[in-house]
Amino acid sequence: MTLKLDDVRRAAHLARIAIDDTEAEATLAQLDRVFSLIGQMQAVDVSGIEPMAHAQDLMLRLRDDRVTEGNQRELFQSSAPETEAGLYLVPKVIE
Amino acid sequence: MLVAAPSAMSITTLQQIANRLAAGECSSVEVTQDYINKINELNKSLGCYITIDAERSLTQARAADARRAAGKAGALTGVPLAHKDIFCAKGWLTTCGSKMLGNFVAPYDAHVVERCDTEGMVTLGKTNMDEFAMGSSNETSHFGPVRNPWDVTRVPGGSSGGSAAAVAAGLAPAATGTDTGGSIRQPAALTGICGLKPTYGLVSRYGMIAFASSLDQAGPMAHTAADLGLLLNVMAGHDPRDSTSLQRPAEDYNRDLEKPLKGLRIGLPREFFGDGMSADVRRATDAAIAEYQKLGAQPVEVSLPNMGLSVPVYYVLAPAEASSNLSRFDGVRYGHRAAEYGDLLDMYKRSRAGGFGAEVKRRILIGTYVLSHGYYDAYYIRAQKLRRLIAQDFAQAFKACDVIMGPTSPTTAFRLGEKSADPVQMYLSDIYTIAVNLAGLPGMSIPCGFGEGGLPVGLQIVGNYFDEARMLNVAHQYQLATDWHRRAPRGVTA
Repeated sequence: MTLKLDDVRRAAHLARIAIDDTEAEATLAQLDRVFSLIGQMQAVDVSGIEPMAHAQDLMLRLRDDRVTEGNQRELFQSSAPETEAGLYLVPKVIE
Repeated sequence: MLVAAPSAMSITTLQQIANRLAAGECSSVEVTQDYINKINELNKSLGCYITIDAERSLTQARAADARRAAGKAGALTGVPLAHKDIFCAKGWLTTCGSKMLGNFVAPYDAHVVERCDTEGMVTLGKTNMDEFAMGSSNETSHFGPVRNPWDVTRVPGGSSGGSAAAVAAGLAPAATGTDTGGSIRQPAALTGICGLKPTYGLVSRYGMIAFASSLDQAGPMAHTAADLGLLLNVMAGHDPRDSTSLQRPAEDYNRDLEKPLKGLRIGLPREFFGDGMSADVRRATDAAIAEYQKLGAQPVEVSLPNMGLSVPVYYVLAPAEASSNLSRFDGVRYGHRAAEYGDLLDMYKRSRAGGFGAEVKRRILIGTYVLSHGYYDAYYIRAQKLRRLIAQDFAQAFKACDVIMGPTSPTTAFRLGEKSADPVQMYLSDIYTIAVNLAGLPGMSIPCGFGEGGLPVGLQIVGNYFDEARMLNVAHQYQLATDWHRRAPRGVTA
Protein backbone atom coordinates (compact mmCIF):
# COMPACT_ATOMS: atom_id res chain seq x y z
CA MET A 1 0.00 0.00 0.00
CA THR A 2 1.03 3.58 -0.50
CA LEU A 3 0.50 6.33 2.04
CA LYS A 4 -0.86 9.68 0.94
CA LEU A 5 -0.03 13.11 2.24
CA ASP A 6 -3.48 13.30 3.82
CA ASP A 7 -2.78 10.11 5.81
CA VAL A 8 0.29 11.77 7.31
CA ARG A 9 -1.64 14.95 8.13
CA ARG A 10 -4.48 12.94 9.67
CA ALA A 11 -2.14 10.85 11.83
CA ALA A 12 -0.32 14.02 12.93
CA HIS A 13 -3.62 15.60 13.91
CA LEU A 14 -4.70 12.49 15.85
CA ALA A 15 -1.31 12.43 17.57
CA ARG A 16 -1.53 16.15 18.36
CA ILE A 17 1.68 17.01 16.58
CA ALA A 18 1.88 20.19 14.50
CA ILE A 19 3.30 19.47 11.04
CA ASP A 20 3.81 21.85 8.12
CA ASP A 21 3.70 20.88 4.44
CA THR A 22 7.46 20.51 4.02
CA GLU A 23 7.69 18.23 7.06
CA ALA A 24 4.66 16.24 5.94
CA GLU A 25 6.29 15.60 2.53
CA ALA A 26 9.55 14.47 4.10
CA THR A 27 7.71 12.30 6.61
CA LEU A 28 5.64 10.73 3.86
CA ALA A 29 8.78 9.59 2.02
CA GLN A 30 10.20 8.00 5.16
CA LEU A 31 6.94 6.39 6.29
CA ASP A 32 6.57 4.89 2.82
CA ARG A 33 9.86 3.03 3.37
CA VAL A 34 8.78 1.89 6.82
CA PHE A 35 5.37 0.71 5.61
CA SER A 36 6.90 -1.27 2.78
CA LEU A 37 8.94 -3.08 5.46
CA ILE A 38 5.81 -3.56 7.59
CA GLY A 39 3.98 -4.82 4.49
CA GLN A 40 6.03 -8.04 4.64
CA MET A 41 3.62 -9.12 7.38
CA GLN A 42 0.82 -9.53 4.86
CA ALA A 43 2.49 -12.52 3.21
CA VAL A 44 1.79 -14.88 6.12
CA ASP A 45 -1.47 -16.71 6.83
CA VAL A 46 -2.44 -15.90 10.40
CA SER A 47 -5.91 -17.45 10.47
CA GLY A 48 -6.70 -19.30 13.69
CA ILE A 49 -3.83 -17.77 15.66
CA GLU A 50 -4.57 -15.99 18.93
CA PRO A 51 -3.05 -12.51 19.20
CA MET A 52 -0.27 -12.32 21.80
CA ALA A 53 -0.12 -9.21 23.97
CA HIS A 54 2.42 -10.34 26.55
CA ALA A 55 5.01 -13.04 26.94
CA GLN A 56 3.61 -14.35 30.20
CA ASP A 57 -0.04 -15.23 30.68
CA LEU A 58 -0.66 -12.75 33.44
CA MET A 59 -3.68 -12.35 35.64
CA LEU A 60 -4.09 -8.76 36.72
CA ARG A 61 -3.66 -8.57 40.46
CA LEU A 62 -6.26 -6.96 42.67
CA ARG A 63 -5.33 -4.71 45.55
CA ASP A 64 -7.21 -3.28 48.47
CA ASP A 65 -9.05 -0.06 47.66
CA ARG A 66 -7.28 2.23 50.07
CA VAL A 67 -5.21 5.40 49.90
CA THR A 68 -1.48 4.69 49.67
CA GLU A 69 -0.06 8.01 48.50
CA GLY A 70 -0.10 11.27 50.43
CA ASN A 71 -0.70 14.67 48.87
CA GLN A 72 2.48 15.83 47.07
CA ARG A 73 0.93 18.55 44.98
CA GLU A 74 3.73 21.07 45.44
CA LEU A 75 6.44 18.57 44.56
CA PHE A 76 4.60 17.32 41.48
CA GLN A 77 3.64 20.79 40.30
CA SER A 78 7.22 21.98 40.59
CA SER A 79 7.89 20.48 37.12
CA ALA A 80 4.74 21.91 35.51
CA PRO A 81 5.15 24.63 32.84
CA GLU A 82 2.52 26.91 34.39
CA THR A 83 0.52 26.72 37.63
CA GLU A 84 -1.41 29.10 39.83
CA ALA A 85 -3.01 28.54 43.23
CA GLY A 86 -2.29 24.81 42.97
CA LEU A 87 -3.94 24.51 39.55
CA TYR A 88 -2.45 23.71 36.14
CA LEU A 89 -2.95 26.60 33.75
CA VAL A 90 -4.04 26.00 30.13
CA PRO A 91 -5.63 28.25 27.49
CA LYS A 92 -9.29 28.96 28.06
CA VAL A 93 -11.39 25.96 26.98
CA ILE A 94 -14.93 27.31 27.51
CA GLU A 95 -15.77 30.77 26.23
CA MET B 1 43.75 10.66 22.11
CA LEU B 2 41.52 7.62 21.73
CA VAL B 3 42.41 5.11 19.04
CA ALA B 4 40.85 1.97 17.64
CA ALA B 5 43.41 -0.74 18.39
CA PRO B 6 42.47 -3.31 21.00
CA SER B 7 44.94 -3.73 23.82
CA ALA B 8 45.17 -6.03 26.80
CA MET B 9 44.75 -3.33 29.42
CA SER B 10 42.90 -4.29 32.50
CA ILE B 11 39.32 -3.59 33.38
CA THR B 12 37.82 -2.95 36.81
CA THR B 13 34.92 -5.17 37.82
CA LEU B 14 32.18 -4.73 40.40
CA GLN B 15 33.52 -7.82 42.15
CA GLN B 16 37.02 -6.31 42.44
CA ILE B 17 35.67 -3.07 43.88
CA ALA B 18 33.40 -4.98 46.29
CA ASN B 19 36.37 -7.10 47.43
CA ARG B 20 38.61 -4.08 48.01
CA LEU B 21 35.89 -2.28 49.95
CA ALA B 22 35.23 -5.39 52.06
CA ALA B 23 38.96 -5.81 52.77
CA GLY B 24 39.22 -2.17 53.82
CA GLU B 25 41.79 -1.45 51.08
CA CYS B 26 39.88 1.63 49.99
CA SER B 27 36.75 3.58 50.83
CA SER B 28 33.68 4.19 48.70
CA VAL B 29 34.51 7.90 48.74
CA GLU B 30 37.94 7.17 47.19
CA VAL B 31 36.52 4.84 44.53
CA THR B 32 33.73 7.28 43.71
CA GLN B 33 36.15 10.22 43.50
CA ASP B 34 38.36 8.21 41.08
CA TYR B 35 35.39 7.69 38.77
CA ILE B 36 34.32 11.33 39.04
CA ASN B 37 37.84 12.36 38.02
CA LYS B 38 37.76 10.07 34.98
CA ILE B 39 34.30 11.33 34.03
CA ASN B 40 35.50 14.93 34.27
CA GLU B 41 38.46 14.08 32.07
CA LEU B 42 36.69 12.11 29.33
CA ASN B 43 32.97 12.85 29.32
CA LYS B 44 33.30 15.91 27.13
CA SER B 45 34.82 13.91 24.28
CA LEU B 46 32.65 10.80 24.71
CA GLY B 47 29.26 12.23 25.78
CA CYS B 48 28.41 9.23 27.98
CA TYR B 49 26.64 11.15 30.74
CA ILE B 50 23.86 13.72 30.46
CA THR B 51 23.96 14.60 34.16
CA ILE B 52 26.63 14.21 36.82
CA ASP B 53 26.42 15.58 40.34
CA ALA B 54 29.63 14.89 42.24
CA GLU B 55 28.35 16.16 45.57
CA ARG B 56 25.28 13.95 45.44
CA SER B 57 27.43 10.92 44.51
CA LEU B 58 29.94 11.60 47.29
CA THR B 59 27.13 11.99 49.85
CA GLN B 60 25.95 8.50 48.92
CA ALA B 61 29.55 7.24 49.13
CA ARG B 62 30.02 8.70 52.61
CA ALA B 63 26.77 7.05 53.75
CA ALA B 64 27.98 3.73 52.31
CA ASP B 65 31.30 4.02 54.17
CA ALA B 66 29.43 4.75 57.41
CA ARG B 67 27.16 1.77 56.82
CA ARG B 68 30.17 -0.48 56.28
CA ALA B 69 31.81 0.86 59.44
CA ALA B 70 28.62 -0.05 61.29
CA GLY B 71 28.92 -3.61 59.99
CA LYS B 72 25.78 -3.36 57.85
CA ALA B 73 27.25 -3.52 54.33
CA GLY B 74 25.61 -5.64 51.63
CA ALA B 75 27.44 -7.29 48.69
CA LEU B 76 27.59 -4.08 46.63
CA THR B 77 27.43 -1.36 49.31
CA GLY B 78 29.69 1.53 48.31
CA VAL B 79 30.16 0.26 44.75
CA PRO B 80 29.38 2.96 42.14
CA LEU B 81 27.29 2.55 38.99
CA ALA B 82 25.58 4.71 36.37
CA HIS B 83 21.87 4.79 35.59
CA LYS B 84 20.43 5.19 32.12
CA ASP B 85 18.55 8.50 32.00
CA ILE B 86 15.28 6.62 31.42
CA PHE B 87 15.10 5.76 35.14
CA CYS B 88 13.51 8.32 37.44
CA ALA B 89 15.89 9.10 40.30
CA LYS B 90 14.53 11.42 42.95
CA GLY B 91 16.15 14.86 42.78
CA TRP B 92 18.09 14.02 39.60
CA LEU B 93 17.39 15.57 36.24
CA THR B 94 15.70 12.73 34.30
CA THR B 95 15.48 13.63 30.62
CA CYS B 96 15.05 10.32 28.73
CA GLY B 97 17.33 11.94 26.14
CA SER B 98 14.57 14.36 25.14
CA LYS B 99 14.04 18.09 24.98
CA MET B 100 10.52 17.24 26.16
CA LEU B 101 11.93 16.36 29.58
CA GLY B 102 14.89 18.74 29.44
CA ASN B 103 13.95 20.31 32.79
CA PHE B 104 12.29 17.34 34.47
CA VAL B 105 13.58 16.60 37.96
CA ALA B 106 12.12 13.25 39.00
CA PRO B 107 9.93 13.50 42.11
CA TYR B 108 10.36 9.79 42.96
CA ASP B 109 12.68 6.81 42.39
CA ALA B 110 12.24 4.03 39.85
CA HIS B 111 12.11 0.59 41.49
CA VAL B 112 15.51 -0.22 39.99
CA VAL B 113 17.05 2.95 41.42
CA GLU B 114 15.41 2.30 44.78
CA ARG B 115 16.85 -1.24 44.85
CA CYS B 116 20.37 -0.01 44.03
CA ASP B 117 20.11 2.77 46.64
CA THR B 118 18.86 0.32 49.27
CA GLU B 119 21.87 -1.89 48.52
CA GLY B 120 24.05 1.16 49.22
CA MET B 121 25.35 1.56 45.67
CA VAL B 122 26.53 5.00 44.57
CA THR B 123 24.94 6.73 41.56
CA LEU B 124 27.68 8.31 39.41
CA GLY B 125 25.22 10.00 37.08
CA LYS B 126 22.57 9.60 34.42
CA THR B 127 23.73 8.25 31.07
CA ASN B 128 22.97 9.48 27.59
CA MET B 129 20.55 7.54 25.41
CA ASP B 130 18.52 7.67 22.23
CA GLU B 131 15.49 9.91 22.80
CA PHE B 132 12.82 7.88 24.65
CA ALA B 133 15.00 4.81 23.88
CA MET B 134 14.07 5.01 20.19
CA GLY B 135 17.24 4.38 18.24
CA SER B 136 20.14 2.01 17.67
CA SER B 137 23.03 4.47 17.56
CA ASN B 138 22.45 7.01 20.34
CA GLU B 139 22.27 9.70 17.65
CA THR B 140 18.64 10.64 18.39
CA SER B 141 19.54 12.05 21.83
CA HIS B 142 18.65 15.72 22.27
CA PHE B 143 21.90 16.05 24.22
CA GLY B 144 24.18 15.02 21.38
CA PRO B 145 25.64 11.70 20.32
CA VAL B 146 27.77 9.33 22.38
CA ARG B 147 31.09 8.32 20.83
CA ASN B 148 32.37 4.77 20.84
CA PRO B 149 35.55 4.59 22.99
CA TRP B 150 37.06 2.07 20.53
CA ASP B 151 36.82 4.59 17.68
CA VAL B 152 35.37 8.03 18.36
CA THR B 153 34.17 8.41 14.76
CA ARG B 154 31.76 5.52 15.39
CA VAL B 155 28.53 5.07 17.32
CA PRO B 156 28.31 3.04 20.54
CA GLY B 157 24.97 1.55 19.50
CA GLY B 158 21.74 2.33 21.24
CA SER B 159 19.57 3.04 22.85
CA SER B 160 21.63 2.42 26.02
CA GLY B 161 24.67 3.91 24.26
CA GLY B 162 25.77 6.16 27.12
CA SER B 163 25.69 3.28 29.61
CA ALA B 164 27.65 1.03 27.24
CA ALA B 165 30.30 3.61 26.38
CA ALA B 166 30.68 4.63 30.04
CA VAL B 167 31.44 1.05 31.06
CA ALA B 168 33.71 0.43 28.05
CA ALA B 169 35.71 3.62 28.71
CA GLY B 170 36.01 2.98 32.45
CA LEU B 171 33.73 5.89 33.40
CA ALA B 172 31.60 3.46 35.44
CA PRO B 173 32.25 -0.15 36.46
CA ALA B 174 28.66 -1.06 35.52
CA ALA B 175 25.43 0.60 34.46
CA THR B 176 21.74 -0.02 34.14
CA GLY B 177 20.15 -0.19 30.71
CA THR B 178 16.81 -0.98 29.13
CA ASP B 179 16.07 -3.21 26.15
CA THR B 180 12.88 -2.98 24.07
CA GLY B 181 14.29 -4.36 20.81
CA GLY B 182 18.00 -4.82 21.58
CA SER B 183 18.89 -1.62 23.43
CA ILE B 184 21.09 -3.37 26.03
CA ARG B 185 22.56 -6.14 23.87
CA GLN B 186 23.41 -4.20 20.68
CA PRO B 187 25.35 -1.36 22.41
CA ALA B 188 27.05 -3.94 24.67
CA ALA B 189 28.22 -5.76 21.52
CA LEU B 190 29.39 -2.59 19.77
CA THR B 191 31.44 -1.42 22.78
CA GLY B 192 32.93 -4.76 23.87
CA ILE B 193 31.07 -5.20 27.16
CA CYS B 194 28.43 -7.57 28.56
CA GLY B 195 24.72 -6.83 28.78
CA LEU B 196 21.72 -8.87 29.88
CA LYS B 197 18.05 -8.37 29.09
CA PRO B 198 16.16 -10.51 31.61
CA THR B 199 12.94 -12.43 31.07
CA TYR B 200 10.07 -9.95 30.63
CA GLY B 201 8.61 -9.22 34.05
CA LEU B 202 11.68 -10.03 36.15
CA VAL B 203 12.69 -6.40 36.75
CA SER B 204 10.03 -3.83 37.62
CA ARG B 205 9.22 -1.12 35.07
CA TYR B 206 8.01 1.26 37.79
CA GLY B 207 9.64 4.65 37.30
CA MET B 208 11.20 3.59 34.00
CA ILE B 209 9.87 6.01 31.39
CA ALA B 210 7.68 3.87 29.15
CA PHE B 211 8.39 3.27 25.45
CA ALA B 212 6.66 -0.02 24.52
CA SER B 213 5.36 -1.50 27.74
CA SER B 214 4.89 -5.09 26.58
CA LEU B 215 8.53 -5.23 25.44
CA ASP B 216 10.50 -2.87 27.75
CA GLN B 217 12.78 -4.61 30.22
CA ALA B 218 15.63 -3.26 32.34
CA GLY B 219 18.89 -5.10 32.85
CA PRO B 220 22.54 -4.83 33.87
CA MET B 221 25.56 -3.82 31.72
CA ALA B 222 29.09 -4.61 32.95
CA HIS B 223 32.46 -6.11 32.01
CA THR B 224 31.85 -9.71 33.11
CA ALA B 225 29.03 -12.23 33.32
CA ALA B 226 29.64 -12.54 37.08
CA ASP B 227 29.14 -8.77 37.46
CA LEU B 228 25.87 -8.97 35.49
CA GLY B 229 24.67 -11.57 37.99
CA LEU B 230 25.69 -9.45 40.97
CA LEU B 231 23.80 -6.46 39.63
CA LEU B 232 20.79 -8.50 38.52
CA ASN B 233 20.56 -9.87 42.08
CA VAL B 234 20.03 -6.26 43.17
CA MET B 235 17.74 -5.15 40.30
CA ALA B 236 15.32 -8.08 40.04
CA GLY B 237 12.38 -8.73 42.31
CA HIS B 238 8.63 -8.37 42.55
CA ASP B 239 7.12 -4.90 42.69
CA PRO B 240 3.34 -4.50 43.07
CA ARG B 241 3.54 -1.06 41.38
CA ASP B 242 4.24 -2.71 37.99
CA SER B 243 1.23 -4.83 36.96
CA THR B 244 3.48 -7.05 34.81
CA SER B 245 6.10 -7.63 37.53
CA LEU B 246 6.24 -11.35 38.23
CA GLN B 247 5.86 -12.87 41.68
CA ARG B 248 8.70 -15.34 41.98
CA PRO B 249 10.96 -16.40 44.83
CA ALA B 250 14.24 -14.45 45.00
CA GLU B 251 17.19 -16.28 43.44
CA ASP B 252 20.96 -15.92 43.30
CA TYR B 253 21.63 -15.54 39.60
CA ASN B 254 25.29 -16.42 40.11
CA ARG B 255 24.58 -19.75 41.81
CA ASP B 256 25.56 -21.86 38.79
CA LEU B 257 28.58 -19.90 37.51
CA GLU B 258 31.05 -22.73 38.16
CA LYS B 259 29.08 -25.56 36.54
CA PRO B 260 30.99 -27.27 33.70
CA LEU B 261 29.43 -27.00 30.24
CA LYS B 262 29.88 -30.64 29.23
CA GLY B 263 26.77 -31.77 27.40
CA LEU B 264 25.32 -28.28 27.00
CA ARG B 265 23.24 -28.17 23.80
CA ILE B 266 23.73 -24.93 21.89
CA GLY B 267 21.00 -24.19 19.36
CA LEU B 268 22.27 -22.44 16.24
CA PRO B 269 19.27 -21.05 14.35
CA ARG B 270 19.72 -21.32 10.59
CA GLU B 271 18.17 -17.84 10.29
CA PHE B 272 20.92 -16.28 12.44
CA PHE B 273 23.67 -17.52 10.16
CA GLY B 274 22.36 -16.38 6.76
CA ASP B 275 23.64 -13.66 4.47
CA GLY B 276 22.79 -10.77 6.79
CA MET B 277 25.94 -10.70 8.88
CA SER B 278 29.26 -9.22 7.86
CA ALA B 279 32.30 -11.47 7.35
CA ASP B 280 34.17 -10.29 10.45
CA VAL B 281 31.15 -10.80 12.72
CA ARG B 282 30.72 -14.30 11.26
CA ARG B 283 34.38 -15.19 11.89
CA ALA B 284 34.22 -14.11 15.54
CA THR B 285 30.86 -15.84 16.09
CA ASP B 286 32.06 -19.11 14.53
CA ALA B 287 35.24 -18.98 16.63
CA ALA B 288 33.16 -18.53 19.80
CA ILE B 289 31.02 -21.57 18.94
CA ALA B 290 34.23 -23.57 18.34
CA GLU B 291 35.50 -22.46 21.76
CA TYR B 292 32.26 -23.69 23.33
CA GLN B 293 32.76 -27.07 21.66
CA LYS B 294 36.19 -27.24 23.30
CA LEU B 295 34.43 -26.63 26.61
CA GLY B 296 32.26 -29.70 25.98
CA ALA B 297 29.14 -28.12 24.48
CA GLN B 298 27.34 -29.62 21.47
CA PRO B 299 26.01 -27.47 18.64
CA VAL B 300 22.51 -28.35 17.43
CA GLU B 301 20.95 -26.83 14.34
CA VAL B 302 17.54 -25.30 15.06
CA SER B 303 15.17 -23.10 13.09
CA LEU B 304 13.15 -19.98 13.82
CA PRO B 305 11.16 -19.84 10.57
CA ASN B 306 9.26 -16.64 11.38
CA MET B 307 12.26 -14.67 12.63
CA GLY B 308 12.44 -12.72 9.36
CA LEU B 309 9.14 -11.09 10.29
CA SER B 310 10.31 -9.85 13.68
CA VAL B 311 11.45 -6.42 12.44
CA PRO B 312 8.15 -5.64 10.63
CA VAL B 313 6.12 -6.96 13.59
CA TYR B 314 8.17 -4.89 16.01
CA TYR B 315 7.71 -1.71 13.96
CA VAL B 316 3.96 -2.09 14.31
CA LEU B 317 3.75 -3.10 17.97
CA ALA B 318 6.44 -0.85 19.48
CA PRO B 319 5.26 2.38 17.76
CA ALA B 320 1.63 1.51 18.59
CA GLU B 321 2.47 1.20 22.28
CA ALA B 322 4.72 4.26 22.10
CA SER B 323 2.03 6.45 20.53
CA SER B 324 -0.19 5.60 23.47
CA ASN B 325 2.52 5.93 26.16
CA LEU B 326 3.83 9.23 24.84
CA SER B 327 0.38 10.84 24.72
CA ARG B 328 1.01 11.85 28.35
CA PHE B 329 3.48 14.51 27.19
CA ASP B 330 1.03 17.34 26.59
CA GLY B 331 2.84 20.38 27.95
CA VAL B 332 0.44 20.65 30.90
CA ARG B 333 1.64 18.67 33.93
CA TYR B 334 5.33 18.42 33.11
CA GLY B 335 7.68 18.74 30.18
CA HIS B 336 8.20 21.17 27.36
CA ARG B 337 5.52 23.74 26.50
CA ALA B 338 5.73 25.80 23.32
CA ALA B 339 6.53 29.49 23.80
CA GLU B 340 3.65 30.64 21.62
CA TYR B 341 0.28 29.04 21.02
CA GLY B 342 -3.38 29.81 20.47
CA ASP B 343 -6.06 27.51 21.89
CA LEU B 344 -5.57 24.27 23.89
CA LEU B 345 -5.34 22.04 20.81
CA ASP B 346 -2.76 24.35 19.30
CA MET B 347 -0.81 24.28 22.56
CA TYR B 348 -0.70 20.46 22.54
CA LYS B 349 0.33 20.34 18.91
CA ARG B 350 3.07 22.94 19.11
CA SER B 351 4.43 21.64 22.42
CA ARG B 352 4.70 18.09 21.09
CA ALA B 353 6.08 19.22 17.72
CA GLY B 354 8.81 21.21 19.47
CA GLY B 355 9.52 18.83 22.37
CA PHE B 356 9.96 15.58 20.42
CA GLY B 357 12.75 14.87 17.97
CA ALA B 358 12.29 13.53 14.42
CA GLU B 359 12.58 9.79 15.19
CA VAL B 360 10.18 9.95 18.13
CA LYS B 361 7.63 11.85 16.05
CA ARG B 362 8.05 9.34 13.22
CA ARG B 363 7.29 6.45 15.56
CA ILE B 364 4.32 8.21 17.15
CA LEU B 365 2.89 8.77 13.64
CA ILE B 366 3.45 5.12 12.66
CA GLY B 367 1.77 4.00 15.87
CA THR B 368 -1.13 6.39 15.51
CA TYR B 369 -1.68 5.26 11.95
CA VAL B 370 -1.65 1.51 12.67
CA LEU B 371 -4.06 1.97 15.56
CA SER B 372 -6.43 4.25 13.67
CA HIS B 373 -9.90 3.31 12.54
CA GLY B 374 -9.92 0.86 9.65
CA TYR B 375 -6.30 -0.27 10.01
CA TYR B 376 -6.29 -1.83 13.49
CA ASP B 377 -6.94 -5.44 12.36
CA ALA B 378 -4.67 -5.31 9.33
CA TYR B 379 -1.69 -4.05 11.30
CA TYR B 380 -1.94 -4.29 15.07
CA ILE B 381 -3.90 -7.55 15.45
CA ARG B 382 -1.96 -9.20 12.64
CA ALA B 383 1.32 -8.20 14.27
CA GLN B 384 0.17 -9.65 17.60
CA LYS B 385 -0.69 -12.92 15.88
CA LEU B 386 2.73 -13.06 14.24
CA ARG B 387 4.25 -12.31 17.62
CA ARG B 388 2.77 -15.57 18.87
CA LEU B 389 4.22 -17.47 15.90
CA ILE B 390 7.66 -16.03 16.69
CA ALA B 391 7.35 -17.03 20.36
CA GLN B 392 6.22 -20.52 19.32
CA ASP B 393 9.30 -20.87 17.10
CA PHE B 394 11.51 -20.33 20.15
CA ALA B 395 9.47 -22.80 22.23
CA GLN B 396 9.97 -25.40 19.51
CA ALA B 397 13.72 -24.67 19.29
CA PHE B 398 14.18 -25.00 23.05
CA LYS B 399 12.89 -28.59 22.87
CA ALA B 400 16.17 -29.43 21.13
CA CYS B 401 18.66 -27.15 22.93
CA ASP B 402 19.47 -25.46 26.26
CA VAL B 403 20.58 -22.07 24.95
CA ILE B 404 20.53 -20.40 21.54
CA MET B 405 23.57 -18.56 20.19
CA GLY B 406 24.25 -16.27 17.28
CA PRO B 407 25.48 -12.78 16.50
CA THR B 408 24.12 -9.84 18.51
CA SER B 409 24.47 -7.31 15.68
CA PRO B 410 24.98 -7.90 11.96
CA THR B 411 28.00 -5.54 11.89
CA THR B 412 30.49 -3.95 14.23
CA ALA B 413 30.04 -0.28 15.23
CA PHE B 414 29.10 1.88 12.24
CA ARG B 415 30.12 5.49 11.66
CA LEU B 416 28.24 8.44 13.11
CA GLY B 417 25.76 9.61 10.46
CA GLU B 418 26.13 6.43 8.40
CA LYS B 419 22.55 5.23 8.92
CA SER B 420 20.73 8.32 10.13
CA ALA B 421 19.28 9.29 6.75
CA ASP B 422 17.38 6.02 6.30
CA PRO B 423 15.28 4.83 9.25
CA VAL B 424 14.83 1.35 7.78
CA GLN B 425 18.61 0.78 7.57
CA MET B 426 18.84 1.77 11.23
CA TYR B 427 15.96 -0.53 12.19
CA LEU B 428 17.73 -3.49 10.61
CA SER B 429 20.66 -3.13 13.08
CA ASP B 430 18.40 -4.95 15.55
CA ILE B 431 17.52 -7.83 13.25
CA TYR B 432 18.98 -10.48 15.63
CA THR B 433 17.76 -9.02 18.90
CA ILE B 434 14.13 -8.00 18.33
CA ALA B 435 12.61 -11.50 18.18
CA VAL B 436 13.83 -12.12 21.75
CA ASN B 437 11.83 -9.14 23.06
CA LEU B 438 8.74 -10.20 21.14
CA ALA B 439 8.93 -13.63 22.76
CA GLY B 440 9.75 -12.10 26.18
CA LEU B 441 12.82 -14.33 26.55
CA PRO B 442 16.08 -13.44 28.31
CA GLY B 443 18.98 -12.54 26.03
CA MET B 444 22.52 -11.36 26.55
CA SER B 445 25.59 -10.22 24.65
CA ILE B 446 29.20 -10.95 25.59
CA PRO B 447 32.40 -9.89 23.81
CA CYS B 448 33.73 -12.67 21.53
CA GLY B 449 36.49 -11.04 19.48
CA PHE B 450 37.33 -8.16 17.21
CA GLY B 451 36.43 -7.40 13.63
CA GLU B 452 37.89 -5.08 11.01
CA GLY B 453 39.54 -2.02 12.45
CA GLY B 454 39.81 -3.60 15.89
CA LEU B 455 36.12 -3.11 16.66
CA PRO B 456 34.44 -5.41 19.21
CA VAL B 457 32.05 -8.20 18.21
CA GLY B 458 29.32 -9.50 20.54
CA LEU B 459 28.01 -13.05 20.88
CA GLN B 460 24.31 -13.27 21.64
CA ILE B 461 23.11 -15.94 24.08
CA VAL B 462 19.35 -16.47 24.35
CA GLY B 463 17.90 -18.59 27.15
CA ASN B 464 14.54 -20.07 27.90
CA TYR B 465 12.20 -18.19 30.28
CA PHE B 466 13.78 -17.63 33.72
CA ASP B 467 17.02 -19.33 32.66
CA GLU B 468 19.26 -16.34 33.53
CA ALA B 469 21.38 -18.39 35.95
CA ARG B 470 22.20 -20.88 33.22
CA MET B 471 22.98 -18.12 30.71
CA LEU B 472 25.35 -16.47 33.18
CA ASN B 473 26.99 -19.87 33.77
CA VAL B 474 27.42 -20.33 30.01
CA ALA B 475 28.91 -16.84 29.63
CA HIS B 476 31.15 -17.15 32.72
CA GLN B 477 32.70 -20.45 31.60
CA TYR B 478 33.58 -18.83 28.25
CA GLN B 479 35.13 -15.88 30.10
CA LEU B 480 37.29 -18.25 32.15
CA ALA B 481 38.67 -19.65 28.89
CA THR B 482 39.00 -16.39 26.91
CA ASP B 483 39.98 -12.80 27.64
CA TRP B 484 37.96 -10.77 25.10
CA HIS B 485 35.97 -9.23 27.95
CA ARG B 486 39.21 -8.03 29.60
CA ARG B 487 40.26 -5.89 26.62
CA ALA B 488 39.82 -2.17 26.97
CA PRO B 489 40.22 0.59 24.40
CA ARG B 490 43.79 1.87 24.44
CA GLY B 491 44.33 5.08 26.30
CA VAL B 492 40.94 5.07 27.95
CA THR B 493 41.57 2.98 31.05
CA ALA B 494 43.50 5.17 33.46
